[in-house]
Amino acid sequence: MSAEVACYGCMAFFDTPDALVDAVRALRKAGYEGVEAYTPFPLEALGEALGIPGNHVSLGAFIGGLIGGVGMLAMQYFSAVLHYPIRVGGRPFASWPAFIPPALEVTFLLAAAGGVLAMLLGNRLPTFYHPVFHIDRFERASQDAFVLVVCSHSAKRDDATLKSLLQALGAVQVDEVPA
Amino acid sequence: MSTPGQVAPTDNRLLTSAQTYTTISEKIGVLTLSPRSRPLWMAAFVCSLLLTLMFAAGVGELFEKGVGIWGINIPVAWAFALINYVWWIAIGMAGTFISAALYLTRQAWRSSLNRYAEAMTVFAVSVSGLFPIFHLGRPWFFYWVAFYPNRMGLWPQWRSSLVWDFLAILAYLAVSIMYWYVGLLPDLATLRDQAPTRGKQVFYGLLALGWRGEARHWKRFESLNLVLAGLAVPLVFSVHSMVALDFSEATLPGWHSTLFPPFFVAGAFFSGFAMALVLGIPLRRWLGLGDIITLKHLDNLSKMMLAAGLFVAYNYVVEFFMAFYSGDPYEMAEVKDRLVGPYAWVFWTVIACNVITPQCLWSPRIRRSPGTLFAISVLVLIGMWFERFMLIVNSLFRTYLPSSWGMFYPTVWDLVFLFGSIGLFLFLFVLFVRLLPIVAIYEMRKLIHKREEPG
Repeated sequence: MSAEVACYGCMAFFDTPDALVDAVRALRKAGYEGVEAYTPFPLEALGEALGIPGNHVSLGAFIGGLIGGVGMLAMQYFSAVLHYPIRVGGRPFASWPAFIPPALEVTFLLAAAGGVLAMLLGNRLPTFYHPVFHIDRFERASQDAFVLVVCSHSAKRDDATLKSLLQALGAVQVDEVPA
Repeated sequence: MSTPGQVAPTDNRLLTSAQTYTTISEKIGVLTLSPRSRPLWMAAFVCSLLLTLMFAAGVGELFEKGVGIWGINIPVAWAFALINYVWWIAIGMAGTFISAALYLTRQAWRSSLNRYAEAMTVFAVSVSGLFPIFHLGRPWFFYWVAFYPNRMGLWPQWRSSLVWDFLAILAYLAVSIMYWYVGLLPDLATLRDQAPTRGKQVFYGLLALGWRGEARHWKRFESLNLVLAGLAVPLVFSVHSMVALDFSEATLPGWHSTLFPPFFVAGAFFSGFAMALVLGIPLRRWLGLGDIITLKHLDNLSKMMLAAGLFVAYNYVVEFFMAFYSGDPYEMAEVKDRLVGPYAWVFWTVIACNVITPQCLWSPRIRRSPGTLFAISVLVLIGMWFERFMLIVNSLFRTYLPSSWGMFYPTVWDLVFLFGSIGLFLFLFVLFVRLLPIVAIYEMRKLIHKREEPG
């Protein structure tokens, strides 16, 4: 590879979740931005350490559910009252109690779909190519390794300082991630 | 952390101290990626494949000749197809309950069960949804139940519980698949990273959608799990209530009752927990998962099965009471037919399997002996199938006019569809065991992490 290849960031491996969380805290304290943490299972402490803001998953589910419920009621009204009114057993055209079960089911369906969509969009999935996959050892991140990446666009970019800082924080391996 | 590789598979505690992040990931991953030669798996695969082929032959015959190949006629126009449909969709319910309701109530032990229970749900609902379509007479027009702009200018009849039911099955199947697949993503990524060959790496890599396990991703993932669990619990109750409304909307003695929705939901959990045990006990034994699906899990599942069973028994009592309390001669006649009529043997089978047998589960010793539990669960499944037979056939065969009474006798094609559908379900499950991680690996790692946290 040529020397001009851009660098995505600096990757450090830790053996324990605690070491990773401590390292994230220390780096953020030292003023590093663009810190990413990769773990084999969800780690609650990381949310607070990284200062992760809230997400839009429940909003997505709410919007989906709203479209499903209101949309289904509106469609049944349109169909049974306006477009094709037909008397069944002397019931009113707009027999809304009977319209609720279909509206309920479609609410569940579209709320779930909205949540899944919000998760996938928020996480930018599917993303089959990502720079972190360049590092061979990164495959441990889905099994037993706790990985930290400081992105190159971080304000304080000085590789030597960063590397020694990461090693001081207990990283077992530090790699440069090509972009 | 202790040294890896010293796991006693027969230990009955959940995740012994010897299990680490590394060993648990390998233990479950290896079952999928490079299993030892498994003659038992092969036998299950071949048997279920043969039954599935028989099912396919039955479907071919049905499409060729129509529903007349079954024993249905007037007055018993609903029989095996509807019995099988209700039986299968009920079995799915417990899977969602295990993964969603126990998630919301923070029952950490559920992590060992939820993956295969969700798979059970997806397959049972898929099999179940086929039966109403087969029963249509002209199954190739099944999409007429759906609403879509069509040149005939027609709409579904929104006031019909059959349309509600169609939407309920559709929503339930779709939500179950989403819930299952989203939960699989991190584990598919684990398999991708462990894959020994390029082919497997690509296969699981594509399925994993490029999951990396970044902290922000996990956060959205966890939010979504919570949302989906919160949606799935009311969905389960609504779906089986819709199934029950198919019956209670009809003005037939034995059907026309507000008791049906809760009664059906209880029956659904009852048979679903039984199926969870029937599938879990062999998995545990044959795949050496004794330290993941522990005796404590079997114990908990059987307690839930017992609780659901007691509720079902209570419903049988209420049904009888209401029939006589109503003063309606037709309702009373229906109950009398149930007790001493030509189908009385069905009723007594139901009582033996669903009310008497589960009482063994009061004994802690039985709750912890897998073999006995397996037998009890099979009996419960049989009993629940006959319960649907009792509810459906016993209400139809003697309706209001004695001149239109008639018995129902199944044909060989009825049996082909019953056993064929069992074959199809097992076939899908056997494939799942081979191709996907049968335990949620990331949740196991989370449990190990919890164990290591002080306090």
